[in-house]
Amino acid sequence: MKAMIRGNESIAYAFKLARVQVVPAYPITPSTLVPEKISEFIANGEMKAEFVPVESEHSAISAAIGASARGVRVGTATASQGLALMHEVLFIASGMRLPIVMGIGNRALSAPINIWCDHQDSMAERDSGWMQFYSENNQEGLDLGIMAFKIAEDKRVLLPAMVGLDAFVLTHTVEPVDMPEQSEVDDFLGEFKPNYVTLDPNKPATLGSFGFPEHYTEFRFAQWVAMEQAKKVIDEVFEEFEKKFGRKYRKVMPEYTEDADIIFVTMGSMSGTMREYIKKLRAQGKKVGMVKITVFRPFPKEELIEALQNAKVVAVVERNISMGFAGAVYGELAATFANKSKKPKFVDFIVGLGGRDITFNTLESVYKVAEKALTQDVDDVNWIDVNKEAVYKSEGLQ
Amino acid sequence: MNYENEEFFAPGHGMCAGCAAPIIVKWILKWAGPNTIVANATGCLEVATTAYPRTSWRVPWIHVAFENAAAAASGVEAATRAKGEKLNIIAFGGDGGTVDIGFQALSGMVERGHDVLYVLYDNEAYMNTGIQRSGSTPWGAWTTTSKVGSANPIGKLRPKKPISMIIAAHNAPYVATANPAMFQDFKKKVQKALNTPGAKFLHVISSCTTGWRHDPSKTVEIMRLATDTGIFPLYEIENGDIENMRITYKPKKFKPVEEYLKPQGRFRHLLKNPEYVKKLQEDVDAWWAKYGHHYHP
Amino acid sequence: MELITRGAVITEPGNAVENKTGSWRVFKPVINYEKCIRCMICWQYCPEPSILKLEDEKTKKDTPAPKEALKKLPVVQIDYDYCKGCGICANECPVKAIDFVMEER
Repeated sequence: MKAMIRGNESIAYAFKLARVQVVPAYPITPSTLVPEKISEFIANGEMKAEFVPVESEHSAISAAIGASARGVRVGTATASQGLALMHEVLFIASGMRLPIVMGIGNRALSAPINIWCDHQDSMAERDSGWMQFYSENNQEGLDLGIMAFKIAEDKRVLLPAMVGLDAFVLTHTVEPVDMPEQSEVDDFLGEFKPNYVTLDPNKPATLGSFGFPEHYTEFRFAQWVAMEQAKKVIDEVFEEFEKKFGRKYRKVMPEYTEDADIIFVTMGSMSGTMREYIKKLRAQGKKVGMVKITVFRPFPKEELIEALQNAKVVAVVERNISMGFAGAVYGELAATFANKSKKPKFVDFIVGLGGRDITFNTLESVYKVAEKALTQDVDDVNWIDVNKEAVYKSEGLQ
Repeated sequence: MNYENEEFFAPGHGMCAGCAAPIIVKWILKWAGPNTIVANATGCLEVATTAYPRTSWRVPWIHVAFENAAAAASGVEAATRAKGEKLNIIAFGGDGGTVDIGFQALSGMVERGHDVLYVLYDNEAYMNTGIQRSGSTPWGAWTTTSKVGSANPIGKLRPKKPISMIIAAHNAPYVATANPAMFQDFKKKVQKALNTPGAKFLHVISSCTTGWRHDPSKTVEIMRLATDTGIFPLYEIENGDIENMRITYKPKKFKPVEEYLKPQGRFRHLLKNPEYVKKLQEDVDAWWAKYGHHYHP
Repeated sequence: MELITRGAVITEPGNAVENKTGSWRVFKPVINYEKCIRCMICWQYCPEPSILKLEDEKTKKDTPAPKEALKKLPVVQIDYDYCKGCGICANECPVKAIDFVMEER
């Protein structure tokens, strides 16, 4: 069935179709529509769930842990400052191995306060032990939202998962999607049965214990092992989904890469713009391709090596910056190839922060540097579409 | 069913000798019975009872963090409703996790009306980190962050937060102060709370031998003095009706506050200046002058 | 229980009993049954809890008591495996039937 929905609704519909039983959530731009829509589904009798209108994001994720530990399927949603407020508790959710799924309306962090898109919020949580999926469009948000439950709840994994949708560009934009039937999703996910120890008076267990140095490292290693296991489980779930629903997902999606000298690495909604730009360059005979990263945690090292190893220049185009170094994706890609004898040249491009549009002009600026990098040295980190003179002046450098 | 002869809280925990918190916990669990889930804020009680791989708890128990026991309990309760089940959900928090860092989560839980009994075991300072002042530390108490010296001979300069009144003002169905030393009153209130639907709050005094600086054997005696001097009054408030609060215990003859201060090292400096003792006595007298008529035995 | 469980859950309720906290004790409470009126106040206030309430008829009958009629009541017994020697029991005992003596090891 075709439906016209906004990106936030793709998360809400994924929760509804997954028969999520508890949704604790706190409104924040741009993901507010998720709890609104859930509230509407429940009020209309379309969804049988407990919505917990908590007083903060910190309590949203804390209540999500309590509910998940009690043995029900749990979803929530947030963005930006809300995700940052959850920071402490994100590590607890993953450390307790609870398969909570959270929609993220990827938005810039303060200060200055800004409600528009970049990926800084979830990138800042890449060490939190959550799996991370990034959507290019609303269909992906919906599909990844559904698949996230199956992956997170797999007994080989048991890790929470975030599904990112770019602020406004996706969260507030209406797009047509194929809406799966309830029976198909029921069949795909199966009935929820917790694959973990729950709070059950018939089998009293202690959850959230105190770990001493003699055990702590093993618990952390267990999470690392689970992330490694998740790589395989994600592949299996993507394949099963493709068979059932006909839509193909991969952790890493290479396009036009076979003969490409320059490969652009993208995430999220910018991938659509990039695809069109590449078609334009290809029409001019330029050997360029792109690789879209859909799964950022676990980091798909093997697939990225496979997809990028024959390129001369890899241009990482990303909407985040780790101050004092570079973008997160660039750093991880460079590390991925660190021990490979054959490796491309990596160049980082910081674009589209705080909702600045990523246009063909932006991508042309990127391409110019990448093209130059084919034959000569360029800066490792390149800020695109930035008024550098104004900044140098404000910093007293001119 | 009466579970008074069963122990749902096992020995072998690492709470200090003479700590009052386990007395409070073991009895609340006995009155609640096995059909119970506990959410515990970070603090002495949590740290000292669940050192992996060993636990003192014989009921399902969860700890998430310091400031969110009320939120975690809200989630447990919502999931329990989603499963169509009914059981006792009890949150335990110290004064730090309740009146300070966990205040927002508690306020939210009470406002939303989750069917949870929240128990504050109030030892009047951050004891787990080593006796730092909290919003619940009384005026004049020495702590490691309200030190006593020549420039400040008093210690903490601000009064204790009236947390029970604040929670009652949320229109909580049942709020009470309690003291394990006044055992029958304590029991009645726990049972009443457990039988009241919605968000209940019990504020239980809990002596800390380490932080209050007293002999461990004096724990119950000192808590009894807290009420017999009028410093820690026992009352209950239903449905936010503070006007009609009910004081449930009144000493036949109030003991002077000095008797409560004397055995506790945290107040020793106050005894050097009769003005300080007088001020505390006047505070207590003023409270009873204002609220004493609410005593209905 | 396995050495490492997923999420650090502890699946054996109350297995803290494996920690014998009696080793902490400096002073030791000793019940003088000739004085004990079996009021259970020590049992009520033991924070470990390490005072047992024994209810079998034989123990009730065989344990000395200041009055024969008290032998109908349960008997308290200190579990020295866990008693940390706080002394609350001795302090609260209304008939001073618990001596608090230096631990000898």
